[in-house]
Amino acid sequence: MIQQELREQLLDAKIPEGPLAEKWSRYKATCRLVSFNNKKKLDIIVIGTGLAGSAAAASFAEAGYNVKSFCFQDSARRAHSVAAQGGVNSAKNYQNDGDNIYRMFYDTLKGGDFRAREANVYRLAECSANLIDQAVAQGVPFAREYGGYLSNRSFGGVQVRRTFYARGQTGQQLLLGSYSALMRQVEAKKVKLYTKHEMLELVTINGKARGIIVRNLDTGKIERHGAHAVVLATGGFGKIYYLSTLAMGCNGSAIWRAHKKGAFMACPSWTQIHPTSLPQSGSHQSKLTLMSESLRNDGRIWVPKKKNEDRNPNDIPEEERDYYLERKYPAFGNLAPRDISSRAAKEMIDAGHGVGPMKNAVYLDFKTAIAEYGEDTIKERYGNLFRMYEKITGINAYKQPMKISPAAHFSMGGLWVDYELGTTIPGLYSLGECNFSDHGANRLGANSLLQACVDGYFIIPYTIGNYLADDIKTGPIDTSQPEFEEAEQHVIKNLEKLTKIDGDRTTDYFHKKLGKILWDNCAVSRSEKGLLKAIEDIKQLREEFWQRLKVPGTPQEINSELEKAGRVADYLELGELMCYDALTRNESCGAHFREEYQTEDGEAMRNDEDYNFISCWQYNGFDQEPILHKESLHFEEAKVITRNYKK
Amino acid sequence: MKIKLKIWRQINAESKGKLVDYSLDNVEEDMSFLEMLDLLNEELILKGERPVEFDHDCREGICGTCGLFINGRAHGPLAGTSTCQLHMRSFKDGETIYIEPFRGGAFNVIRDLKIDRSSFDRIMSKGGYISTPVGDAPEANAVPITHDQAESAFDSAACIGCGACVATCKNGSAALFTSAKITHLAKLPQGKVESRARVLKMVEQMDEEGFGHCTNTLACQVECPQEISVSNIDRMNWEYNKAKILGKGD
Ligand SMILES: Cc1cc2nc3c(=O)[nH]c(=O)nc-3n(C[C@H](O)[C@H](O)[C@H](O)COP(=O)(O)OP(=O)(O)OC[C@H]3O[C@@H](n4cnc5c(N)ncnc54)[C@H](O)[C@@H]3O)c2cc1C
Ligand code: FES
Repeated sequence: MIQQELREQLLDAKIPEGPLAEKWSRYKATCRLVSFNNKKKLDIIVIGTGLAGSAAAASFAEAGYNVKSFCFQDSARRAHSVAAQGGVNSAKNYQNDGDNIYRMFYDTLKGGDFRAREANVYRLAECSANLIDQAVAQGVPFAREYGGYLSNRSFGGVQVRRTFYARGQTGQQLLLGSYSALMRQVEAKKVKLYTKHEMLELVTINGKARGIIVRNLDTGKIERHGAHAVVLATGGFGKIYYLSTLAMGCNGSAIWRAHKKGAFMACPSWTQIHPTSLPQSGSHQSKLTLMSESLRNDGRIWVPKKKNEDRNPNDIPEEERDYYLERKYPAFGNLAPRDISSRAAKEMIDAGHGVGPMKNAVYLDFKTAIAEYGEDTIKERYGNLFRMYEKITGINAYKQPMKISPAAHFSMGGLWVDYELGTTIPGLYSLGECNFSDHGANRLGANSLLQACVDGYFIIPYTIGNYLADDIKTGPIDTSQPEFEEAEQHVIKNLEKLTKIDGDRTTDYFHKKLGKILWDNCAVSRSEKGLLKAIEDIKQLREEFWQRLKVPGTPQEINSELEKAGRVADYLELGELMCYDALTRNESCGAHFREEYQTEDGEAMRNDEDYNFISCWQYNGFDQEPILHKESLHFEEAKVITRNYKK
Repeated sequence: MKIKLKIWRQINAESKGKLVDYSLDNVEEDMSFLEMLDLLNEELILKGERPVEFDHDCREGICGTCGLFINGRAHGPLAGTSTCQLHMRSFKDGETIYIEPFRGGAFNVIRDLKIDRSSFDRIMSKGGYISTPVGDAPEANAVPITHDQAESAFDSAACIGCGACVATCKNGSAALFTSAKITHLAKLPQGKVESRARVLKMVEQMDEEGFGHCTNTLACQVECPQEISVSNIDRMNWEYNKAKILGKGD
């Protein structure tokens, strides 16, 4: 049913020659450069001020380019990178526990179930040490030992301590570092910052990205901006599930509109479902709050053996509890990787062992740890998390087990990029969570802050020069060209259309419905039957959306409902593509678990023979089936193995 | 539970606003405060009325976007809690809740409960950074920083820039916000180098924006969702005096 073709020339990953460990230094030594004087003649647009976007914008500005930077929040410092809690990985080997670049590379590749490009992953590990240096120089107050040196903790899926952290607010502190670098360039007048501006269209001229159309969210005014290159760093789109750990404004719109203009999407259905979020408590719920993975170091996860159990958890005797992670994965126990823990929780909940008023949670119990170490020690380790838990649920977790549940969390998939982070549209780049690059089919904890930073600080400043070297004679991009006019008209018409339907259902109604379809069929586990049905359901929902949506007010003013409606309109298309993506991959790998492809004891069954590739999707028109291209993966240095967390 | 609401409605910065009455009958205790507003907006939209505009994004207390003046208190009744983390179980059945925007200092209402806080960004752009080039940086462990030093710097760096301190201060002062950044950087060896130039420029910008002076009422510390201490203001004053007396050089 899905058209499949292999057009390798379109999908040149541009991996440099040479041994893995030398590729990046060779690239840097041989790529073309733009001289300092010529950089003044070149303009770059950066969408997004999260770690990836602000790092890139600050780096470009410092190098001498003219930068325009955009975000939808009222300050660059509020991008959702701010919410990351746990930490950021780096192969510094400060703990002298055998860490090095190769080990980090291999852990990441294996964690991603061998569905990522070797050369990219190696470069991520290679640049990781530099990032810690950079962040410390900016004043990021990472945790320190008493002797004054940097401290580390360990995270799921690895055996060394390579995670750097700033209490439970690592993302906030890293972001404030890159935000400060950005604001320094704003003051130097090398960056012009546009907060509360949402990108609604990409402008291409002669096949190259040359600008964008944005809406000023405070006034509704539509603006044109031209540049020699456009960089998208718009973050994850997990909010498509409605309930997720993402912020309310997180969206897929910028990348989706770029996709419709010709940028390929890669593996869009690969979504990380985080095992330790707070469960949904009612139909009013708007977001799910993450509880740090670190809790699993001391908390034991269990469900009652009896189905539909109503007793208070403290009244359920030991022998009637099923510590299912310890039972199924004795080697890793409660610290099994995220995809495996989430799936196991869902299995228990689906089988009727879920707890809480909606029967949608499992217990995370600290009783054993409190008995062993005392309440004070547990308070010292997790006091802030226990406080947060009590704030949200009203429950004291020193006395009763926490209730936790899996939640949509991170988009491994995104715009397809080559080694230079370039999309299939020349001059359009994609950084951070909105691209598909280093994490394969499952991301390791604390690797995505790293990826966003590395993309922005260390990679794009080099690779963009290799492209812009051809543009030094182009001159400023004239935004009165017909392509800008056409794109602007398209945006205006679309906004008018949304406000004119004047139906009887709100945007949230459609978003919640879409979220439920995707959560049931294209999240923790997927099946052919479910996905086919989901595609039909989404099509129907989309039709209903365009007939019955109600958006109050006009496009020419502040209008939060209109902003939401535009994002959900895109989600209704992206969601369908996610289902196609999951449907055409007849194997299980990482977070992509297809029920038809599992081993006898219920583990993921990867198929390297037929699916050792990245699925790259080309847009084929509204309501048309997308076109699948494949980028084959070649593993030259890494030994491909089956993940096993049992032994 | 049932609640009554008195919400500030204002069409734009120039117009005069007023409190408007609403009531909601099917509020649940487990709802967050912002979910209660979502519920109200759903009703308003379907009735063909304009929904209430308010600022929010992460809804987990870290981005600093949300901020409402609830029953006369910035971020409502709970200490150390931002508006998005407040839940309806903190209110009584039948209660009347007053909801207003953060006002004061250089803050302006854009519409309803949405405000303009861009003055904070301008203060930051004057020196809320260490002027280190991006790209190459010295080895992170080259300069040891004691555990206590790092933790203390973190206490100041934890500010989320929500503006509760300004909204709650009778003078509309941004001293807590500005001092938290000055102190965070002054406490670290990397940040010390520029601390005199930084404090002069940031304080100057703070005054230029039209924020009031700090008269040590300590109200800001009480309402800060991150519980940032007023000792940061003392440190700012000390750094400021040092810079004034000794000059930027020394
Ligand atoms: C709760 C939580 C905890 C996490 N914890 C960790 C952790 O401990 N360790 C780790 O490594 N990773 C963690 N992650 C993942 C990590 O935080 C993200 O992957 C990473 O920060 C993404 O950075 P980014 O720069 O790509 O995007 P973001 O920080 O999301 O920034 C996106 C930017 O794009 C802008 N934008 C989006 N759309 C538009 C548009 N249409 N027009 C204009 N602007 C737009 C936004 O305004 C924003 O500035 C966590 C994620 C979550 C949600
Ligand atoms: S919405 Fe982010 S702090 Fe409240």
